Amino acid sequence: MIPFRKAFAAVAVVVPAAFLGIFFLYPVGSILVRGLGADGLNRLVELPGRSSFRGVAWFTLWQAVASTVLTVAVALPGAHLLARRRFRGRSLLRAAATVPFVLPTVVVGGAFLALFERLGLNDGPLRLTRTAGAILAAHVFFNVAVVLRTVGTFWEGLDPRVVEQARVLGASPAQAFRWVTWPRLWPAVAAASSIVFLFCFTSFGVVLVLGGPTRATLETEVWRHAVFRGDLASATALALVQLAAVVAMVVVTNRLQRRRAVAQRVVRRVPPLRASGRLLAANLALLGVVLGLPIAVLVERSLIRGRSGGGWGVFTLDHYGALADRLSLLPVSALGALRNSLVFAVVAAGLAVVVGGLASVVVVHGRRTVARAFDLGMMLPLGASAVTVGFGMLIALSEPPLDFRSSRWLVPVAHALIGVPFVMRVVVPTLRGIDVRLREAAATLGATPARVRREIDLPIAARALAVGAGFSFAVSLGEFGATSFLPRHPDRLTAPLALFRLLSQPGDALRGQAMALAVVLMLVTALSVLAIEGWGRRGTVRGDL
Amino acid sequence: MAFDGEPVLSGVDLMVARGEVVVLLGPSGCGKSTLLRAVAGLEQPLAGRVLWDGEDLTDMPTHQRGFGLVFQDHALFGHRDVAGNVAFGLRVAGLAAEARAHRVARSLALVGLEGFEGRRVDTLSGGEAQRVALARSLAAAPRLLMLDEPLGSLDRSLRERLTAELGVLLRRLGLAALHVTHDHDEAFALADRIAVLGAGRIDRIGTPDEVWDDPGTVHAARCLGHENLVGLDDAGRCALGRLGSGPGIVLLRSDSLSVGAPGEGVSAVVAATSRRSGRMVAHVLVGDLEVRVPVDESIHGVRVGDSVGLVMGRDAVVPLSS
Repeated sequence: MIPFRKAFAAVAVVVPAAFLGIFFLYPVGSILVRGLGADGLNRLVELPGRSSFRGVAWFTLWQAVASTVLTVAVALPGAHLLARRRFRGRSLLRAAATVPFVLPTVVVGGAFLALFERLGLNDGPLRLTRTAGAILAAHVFFNVAVVLRTVGTFWEGLDPRVVEQARVLGASPAQAFRWVTWPRLWPAVAAASSIVFLFCFTSFGVVLVLGGPTRATLETEVWRHAVFRGDLASATALALVQLAAVVAMVVVTNRLQRRRAVAQRVVRRVPPLRASGRLLAANLALLGVVLGLPIAVLVERSLIRGRSGGGWGVFTLDHYGALADRLSLLPVSALGALRNSLVFAVVAAGLAVVVGGLASVVVVHGRRTVARAFDLGMMLPLGASAVTVGFGMLIALSEPPLDFRSSRWLVPVAHALIGVPFVMRVVVPTLRGIDVRLREAAATLGATPARVRREIDLPIAARALAVGAGFSFAVSLGEFGATSFLPRHPDRLTAPLALFRLLSQPGDALRGQAMALAVVLMLVTALSVLAIEGWGRRGTVRGDL
Repeated sequence: MAFDGEPVLSGVDLMVARGEVVVLLGPSGCGKSTLLRAVAGLEQPLAGRVLWDGEDLTDMPTHQRGFGLVFQDHALFGHRDVAGNVAFGLRVAGLAAEARAHRVARSLALVGLEGFEGRRVDTLSGGEAQRVALARSLAAAPRLLMLDEPLGSLDRSLRERLTAELGVLLRRLGLAALHVTHDHDEAFALADRIAVLGAGRIDRIGTPDEVWDDPGTVHAARCLGHENLVGLDDAGRCALGRLGSGPGIVLLRSDSLSVGAPGEGVSAVVAATSRRSGRMVAHVLVGDLEVRVPVDESIHGVRVGDSVGLVMGRDAVVPLSS
């Protein structure tokens, strides 16, 4: 390794550490101090006795389990298709299936509301709106991409000849799967499942939009107590329970992940088989219904007026035009909220790149103990739920010594906390993946260490940084959970918050406007991710989310 | 046989008799492996048929064909030990545990790995892993055994040893075998018949002696390890004299060439010497034409710069088609 200048090394350690310390560790510490103090402890102890709490905890758990099982069931055939079969439009399907994962949670909630209304499932005996079924459907929609990508990539790396060998030895396709593919694949499935479970367990926006008051999870209960009722003591107790559960799950997930990393070995020489028409059609139909339909209906609803009386309604672009109008419901127009979001997203991406980039250098080149601590520590805000980030900031940073209540920049800071792990997930593997021989070759050609870093490392890392920035940008655009905790000011209303408020109001015009805003938000997010992803893949950027 | 519209194989007509070892010889990318995969049922040919005893297997799924296939990098099941790997085909066939253990032990003994049952496959050396892969295929008692460059990833000396062992084993078992390689030495060591593959079709097929003596095409001659290919002008002439009736390429079989005293045969100068498997080879220049000739050192040695005579036996010149 080539030594860095001392000053740079110090900056690389201090800046990320301070950022994480002030905006995450200190707030989380505040939750712990409050929750485990004498008063807080009393609340915590009496929680299990409350039937409302038991109901919420039970629902949080079982909906997460059911969502995970459903997601895996829907995604596994698709993962097989992407990993093992050749067909036209394979890379397109892969990219398209990723889109739901990056969509803002409130947008997805809105899409499913529209879908249920369109299918007549918002009322009557088959009502799905405000049921667990709605939440499960949306969770599957979101997380199919996680399984498709993690399991699919792993599956692709498994040597196909081993399965062929089993087939030649007389195993039927089902036997070959059970005895040869599954034993090697399951660690990846388990790892993906644990991530999906974590996402569903801490799901916030989807539950809030689709569940309504009757279907609450720990996450939404913290929000309701803290923001709606101003009951910080109860909120703290609930947040502690949530935090403990999440930490336990992250530990388990990490174990499984490590297992997966050990098993991973990439072999790709034999071309995958051509997909049969039936297999392809069945898979595409399934993914099309699960992933495509909600989005299609969302877009359609944003272009229709006057359906509430039944019938097809009238085509209109008015809802998009109305985005610029002031509503009594919102302190700024929807367009204004979108502008806020874009500004915050740019700032958040910039912050995430600086902090994440420096932290990545420390992880790759720093001393081992420091590198480990950074690798784990900077990931914490992503693993912890939005509630932990937002609620922690709410209680810790709105009173002296650190009073940021009046600062609108608290919003992008919260978003950057969540963006940093995304930057690092792309930059660290890329830095690690730079071939040592490239540096050695440059050195033997007479380049000084600084020159080597400038000519070799920086150009390669720059692309990764840009990809990370793109993801942070998209994450910030859609962030809802943490933002919804931060003090409200007109100039801080983000697009997801505005959308949430629009969705919670009845009325044909408002609903149409909400859908129009959702479509715009979806397009901006999806396009930024797809563009960044397509561009990044062309280079030597490694790593995946 | 085609991939993405690009034919890899066409017009391949090949028969393997019981107890016969047929070696498919060709450079990488010529479609050898694809042919094996089609026979195994791992690829579906666009046209053509796979027959066994007159029964059409073309649409039969792989696992019902009863063919064995050994891959170059062995494709062992990493999550099972050696016994678990070798027993796989037997388990699939529903054999009882006791009979399985017996057959596993016998198969391992065949490849010289007695007592390896409990070993984890990632602790095996390259040669051992390849033997386990072979034992795994043999245990399932295939009616046709296919070997896809099974020794390609091993170093030379180990490869030569295993080639010899494999030849003995195949003869002893009397299996029909289809062996793929790009190494002509391996082909000559194993084959009852050699099929030289070029550009997706069979260039030449016959016993090792037949194909060596008359490779037929330039490509086949190169694949089989012939080095002295000589271009002739319109009158069929080259530096060695008139060797044909018109333009083209002829082969000088090195086994019919020898180095004699100056004045014998065509006069030549030794430009370099080298050794192949210990035997000296002289690179002699006739004009600007270089010819490689084996040297029998028990008669006389040669040194670089010597003037010698290049003696061609009666069957030395073999015309080739392009």
